[in-house]
Amino acid sequence: MSPQRTYSQTQPSLWKARLTLATRSLRQSWTLFLATRIGVIGLAIIAFYALLAAAHPILMMFVWEERVYDPVVGYAFEETRQPAPPSLKHPLGTDPLGRDVLSQLMFSARSEFMLGLLAALVTVSIGTIVGAVSAYFGGVVDAVLMRLADIMIMLPVISVLVVLSALIGVEHFELAIIIGIVSGFGATGVVLKSQALSVVVKPYVEAAKTAGGGHVHVIFVHVVPNLLPLSFLYMMFTVTGAIFSEAVLSFLGLLDVRMSWGLMIHVTESAGYLLQVTEYWWLIFPASLSITLLCSSFYLVGRSLDEVVNPRLRQL
Amino acid sequence: MTQAPDAPSRPLIHAISLTKRFPVSSGWFRRDRSFAHAVDGVSFQIQRGESFGLVGESGCGKTTTGKLLVRLVDPTEGKIVFDDGEDEPTDIASLSGRSLKSFRRKAQMIFQDPYESMNPRRTIFDTVAEPLKVQKIGGAIERVERVSEMLGMVGLTPPATFLFRYPHELSGGQRQRVAVARALVIEPIFIVADEPTSMLDVSIRTGIMRLMEDLAARLGISYLYITHDLAVARYMCSRIAVMYLGKIVEQGETEEILHNPKHPYTQALLSAVPIPDPSAARPPVKIEGGVSTPIDPPPRCRFYDRCPVADAFCRDSEHPPLEDKGGGRMVACYKA
Ligand SMILES: Nc1ncnc2c1ncn2[C@@H]1O[C@H](COP(=O)(O)OP(=O)(O)OP(=O)(O)O)[C@@H](O)[C@H]1O
Ligand code: SF4
Ligand SMILES: [Mg+2]
Repeated sequence: MSPQRTYSQTQPSLWKARLTLATRSLRQSWTLFLATRIGVIGLAIIAFYALLAAAHPILMMFVWEERVYDPVVGYAFEETRQPAPPSLKHPLGTDPLGRDVLSQLMFSARSEFMLGLLAALVTVSIGTIVGAVSAYFGGVVDAVLMRLADIMIMLPVISVLVVLSALIGVEHFELAIIIGIVSGFGATGVVLKSQALSVVVKPYVEAAKTAGGGHVHVIFVHVVPNLLPLSFLYMMFTVTGAIFSEAVLSFLGLLDVRMSWGLMIHVTESAGYLLQVTEYWWLIFPASLSITLLCSSFYLVGRSLDEVVNPRLRQL
Repeated sequence: MTQAPDAPSRPLIHAISLTKRFPVSSGWFRRDRSFAHAVDGVSFQIQRGESFGLVGESGCGKTTTGKLLVRLVDPTEGKIVFDDGEDEPTDIASLSGRSLKSFRRKAQMIFQDPYESMNPRRTIFDTVAEPLKVQKIGGAIERVERVSEMLGMVGLTPPATFLFRYPHELSGGQRQRVAVARALVIEPIFIVADEPTSMLDVSIRTGIMRLMEDLAARLGISYLYITHDLAVARYMCSRIAVMYLGKIVEQGETEEILHNPKHPYTQALLSAVPIPDPSAARPPVKIEGGVSTPIDPPPRCRFYDRCPVADAFCRDSEHPPLEDKGGGRMVACYKA
């Protein structure tokens, strides 16, 4: 059993060395990221909404009475007229159906995050693998994947969603998966493939083959890691895209979501308050401002990451 | 890696009419497709423990020949018989699956560019240990030991200070040493060294060359040593082949070729590079014209356009065959 003993002896030091390297590169990236400013602004906005999202269940449990403050089925009984303007009990007033706007806003923040991050994760996982596989194998595999990409890019997403909504009902989760598939096999896959094309011709890929590395080894050890910086960047942009799409689709009433920022504006619109912005500002501004801010924040973080992973700046 | 006494009679590598044509797209219509004749009917042998040189100007097909020998490129035609004395002699082009993987334990390649032949996101340890890992040799501890040992062997000492650094933290010379360590870590018997020193400072070159020569002698490794520098070929190789546009035009003992080049192209090459030997008084040979491309060449002698002694016979004949001119010297020229 001596090999096993020695194995456990070195293993920690190997891991320690890798951990040190990882933290060092993270710290370097963090320093570069902080230097970009726009990224910091974006991160601050994200943190603000993350706090709102996290605070909602706590407020619901300890402070807010459920039958009044529930974002979907609550009703502000004490108000005589709905929508009621902001007051101490309802800091952002109530909506045309008598529900607390602040509670809706905070409740929605959580689902916006989940939607955005899930869509981004699916997009980038698919896009990275499609890009790597397509560039690495070329030939028929590439042709098939790229024709699929063409279809995805040309797909009338809105019409498809209308049909799907009618058939199965599209909520946040389904929407995230659909966006992920369409953009992963579509535009994101194409962008990552063009990056992967410059990786697969590198001599270190040939060196790996000469060593006896198979397709899976080369793709996951050499191609994918060199795509990750760009993948990560596209992840940020996908979050922006997903949140924005959700807002538009909810506003048009095409989704079956229970509550979201887009839906808040939809309710305002269907109750006929959309054009009375100055009078009923709390029905429109909180939701639309949140959509704008959260979308831009991920975009800003993405832009800043672009500078961090950009090799020109990496040279030092 | 000791061989049977009768080993020298059987070459380690025997390339027979090796040919590689790359399709070159010529516009939208696929019908009149062009081909780059990168390697065109090349034959040679590499003996065990020998360092065989491949010399020629840029684009003549040296790298492609090297890649053919380690099966990074599949030949269009021809055979490469690999005979390590252990298994049956086999055609490298016919290998697949497990036989290919076990061939990869025996043949490695050192690439031209030390800046691009290492994944920038992997540590030196990962790079050198990769062959061990994909060949499933040893556990984690053995790999660390083996890699450290190799780094020490190629002069990167103390090894521990190099293990967890990234390629960009190393100088060009250090990287090429890492490349040598990586190629040697699975104890191959054959290495294609593709201009391993061409991108390095002159001051570092000798160090790397001496290292490779030393290791070859110690471990009994055969090289295909690719270079465009005759001085390097002279230092490293006992025999060389001179290539021009995908063809071997002259082949033989290095010293003999350098002192008495027979092919007009070799003569031109030598007159362009001063060989530090005053006794070798040669009249300068002029070659006109730029570098030709190997795309769909006419069937006549590849060197015809630039040859100073070409005549009508050369123009109207096929490319001359590589003929034995005695003493192991092979020349492909009607006039030699
Ligand atoms: N993958 C490829 N596709 C198309 N043509 C190729 C390919 N690889 C090489 N060639 C062509 O084959 C010819 C020989 O190339 P090769 O790289 O073998 O030359 P080389 O002798 O190594 O040159 P250098 O000294 O510049 O490295 C060149 O004309 C090149 O353009
Ligand atoms: S065969 Fe003729 S053209 Fe070719 S190298 Fe010899 S002399 Fe020159
Ligand atoms: Mg080359």
